[in-house]
Amino acid sequence: MKFGIVTFPGSNGDYDAFQAVTDSLSEEAVYLWHKDHDLQGSDIVVLPGGFSYGDYLRPGAIARFSPIMNEVVAHAKRGGPVLAICNGFQVACEAGLLPGALLRNASLKFISRPVTLRVENADTMFTREYYEGQRLTVPVAHGDGRYVADADVLSRLEGEGKVAFRYCSADGAIEDEHNVNGSANSIAGILNDAGNVLGLMPHPERATDPLLGPADGLGVFHSLLAGVTV
Amino acid sequence: MELYRVPVQIVPRPGILDPQGAAVVGALKTLGFNTIEDVRVGRFLTVDVNAGSADEAATAVRRMCEKLLANPVIEDFMVETPTPLQRVGA
Repeated sequence: MKFGIVTFPGSNGDYDAFQAVTDSLSEEAVYLWHKDHDLQGSDIVVLPGGFSYGDYLRPGAIARFSPIMNEVVAHAKRGGPVLAICNGFQVACEAGLLPGALLRNASLKFISRPVTLRVENADTMFTREYYEGQRLTVPVAHGDGRYVADADVLSRLEGEGKVAFRYCSADGAIEDEHNVNGSANSIAGILNDAGNVLGLMPHPERATDPLLGPADGLGVFHSLLAGVTV
Repeated sequence: MELYRVPVQIVPRPGILDPQGAAVVGALKTLGFNTIEDVRVGRFLTVDVNAGSADEAATAVRRMCEKLLANPVIEDFMVETPTPLQRVGA
C-alpha cells in the first residue's frame, strides 16, 4: 500500500505521517510536493497537519489552490481514500471535499494535548478496526479546530452516520466541558458523502508508536490497510 | 484600463459564534464602554485591480471574494466603491 503525503509550505505533520506509515506500519510512503501534478501512484493520500501558507487569509484557503490539490480532488472523486488531518481537514473543507468549515477555537487558545475521542461510526474504511463507542486517546494541536456547518449539513452528517469521531469525557460522555474547541455537536472528525474522505482535527499519526505513548491512532491506518486490496 | 483600489470587508456570518468579538466586548466593558452591545471581528482588504471601469473593478473583486477571499460557509463580504488610483509615472 502506497501512501502519498502532501507537503505544503508550512506543513509540519507530513514527517509524522511518513514516520507512522513507514515505521509503525512498514508500508510505502512518498512525499508529494504541493507543486507536483501527479500522485506518483499513491493508493491513499494524506493531507497532513501544519500551517500551510502560514494560515494566511484562512487556514487552508490558499493551500487548496496548490497544483497537487487538483490531483487530490480527482483521486477523491474516483473514490480514492483521503485522510485529512488537522490543517489537512481545513484544506479539505476549503477545497469542498468535506462540508463545513473550521474556525478559531471557542476558547481562543491554541490547544496541544491528548484528548479522548469516541468512535461514532465503526463501519467506514477509516474506522473498521475500531468498535462503535470505543474511546481513543489521541493528541490535538490546533488553534482553529471549531467545526461549524449550517443546520442542514449537520443534520445530514448526523442522520447519515458521517460523524466519525466526537470529543468526549474519559468514560465516553459527550459534554461541553470535553468539547475542546467548541465544535458543533462535539464533532472531531467527519466523512464525505461517499465515505472515502475523512477529515479530523486530532492527530492519529502522532499516536501510532507505543514507545511514545498511546497508539490508539493506529486503528485508522490498519482500517485503511484492511480495506484496500492491492 | 485604469487602476482602481477596491476595499473589501469580510465579517463572520450572522449566527456564527465569534469568540474574538466576544473577547473584545468583554475588554471594552472593562474599560467602561457600557453602551457596547456587540462586536464582530472580520478582515479589511484593499485590492488594487486594473479594470475598464469602476463597475468592472468591483465585479472582478466580487469574483475574487467568491473564489478565495471569503468562505461563504462562515463569512459575508461587502465590496465597497472602487476609487481610481494615480499610476506612478503615468
